[in-house]
Amino acid sequence: MGFISRGFRGRPRDEGVKLPPGQYLVHDFPVLSAGPTPRVPLDRWEFAIDTEDGKTHRWSWQELMALPSETPTVDLHCVTKWSKLGTAWKGVSLDTLFADVESSAEYALVYSYGGYTTNLPVEDLLDGKAWITYEFDGEELAPAHGGPARLLVPHLYLWKSAKWVQGIRLLNEDWPGFWETAGYHNYGDPWREQRYQGD
Amino acid sequence: MTEPEQDSYQDGNALAGPLREIFAVDVTAALGQCVHCGLSGPIASLRVYGPGPGMVARCPGCEEVVLRLVRGPDSAWLDMRGTVNLRIPLPG
Repeated sequence: MGFISRGFRGRPRDEGVKLPPGQYLVHDFPVLSAGPTPRVPLDRWEFAIDTEDGKTHRWSWQELMALPSETPTVDLHCVTKWSKLGTAWKGVSLDTLFADVESSAEYALVYSYGGYTTNLPVEDLLDGKAWITYEFDGEELAPAHGGPARLLVPHLYLWKSAKWVQGIRLLNEDWPGFWETAGYHNYGDPWREQRYQGD
Repeated sequence: MTEPEQDSYQDGNALAGPLREIFAVDVTAALGQCVHCGLSGPIASLRVYGPGPGMVARCPGCEEVVLRLVRGPDSAWLDMRGTVNLRIPLPG
């Protein structure tokens, strides 16, 4: 047989892919949950950025949809050691949402419907590194994966990409979030394997 | 993507093994009181989400977090800020 399409040989991306230390590759999309899945009707959904001066910038679902969108394709690395490569998302860059936000705060506390929180430096949200996403793989983002909208910060472990995102609070002091106060690393860089406090 | 019909959690007996590593008594038999709503009940009656990234035990009354347990390679972190107290049965 002289002709074999490379497309039928399975998963060529698996060959020689470089993963962060300690990670293994998955092809499904595992769901990890720390509580009940919030169900947020779109007509009541709202996203906010709260500045350190007490000013709040708000977007309704329609206002978010009206903003220019991007379609990042990124690799995901979960602290529980699975990695999923080449995931396709659609959402709004945080650079767009921060365009009219006046702030000199260095720290952000992301908060979600359902009560989840996670913290990260503001600079990790900007310069094309983070999005508020509402589509995965060409379909609306399912509640189990954080829909209607989740933060996507793919250069950090996936617990930083808060599901069911509701807002970002800008702070002058670092305020550790849900997993960061329960033993997980404050920053969470997968390439430096910053899983737990002290790593 | 298919949606699970109901959120997946176990009852508090799932905490028995991980907590036995830390405590000398079986804590799942202890009575705990929720900080958020005041409900009292055995730790075994909590709703436990996880195990990864950590076990999150929530009150069956108000769904707030009562207890969290993260097990790292050489440490465990136990957060009980959602618990008013634990009443632990002991031999008289």
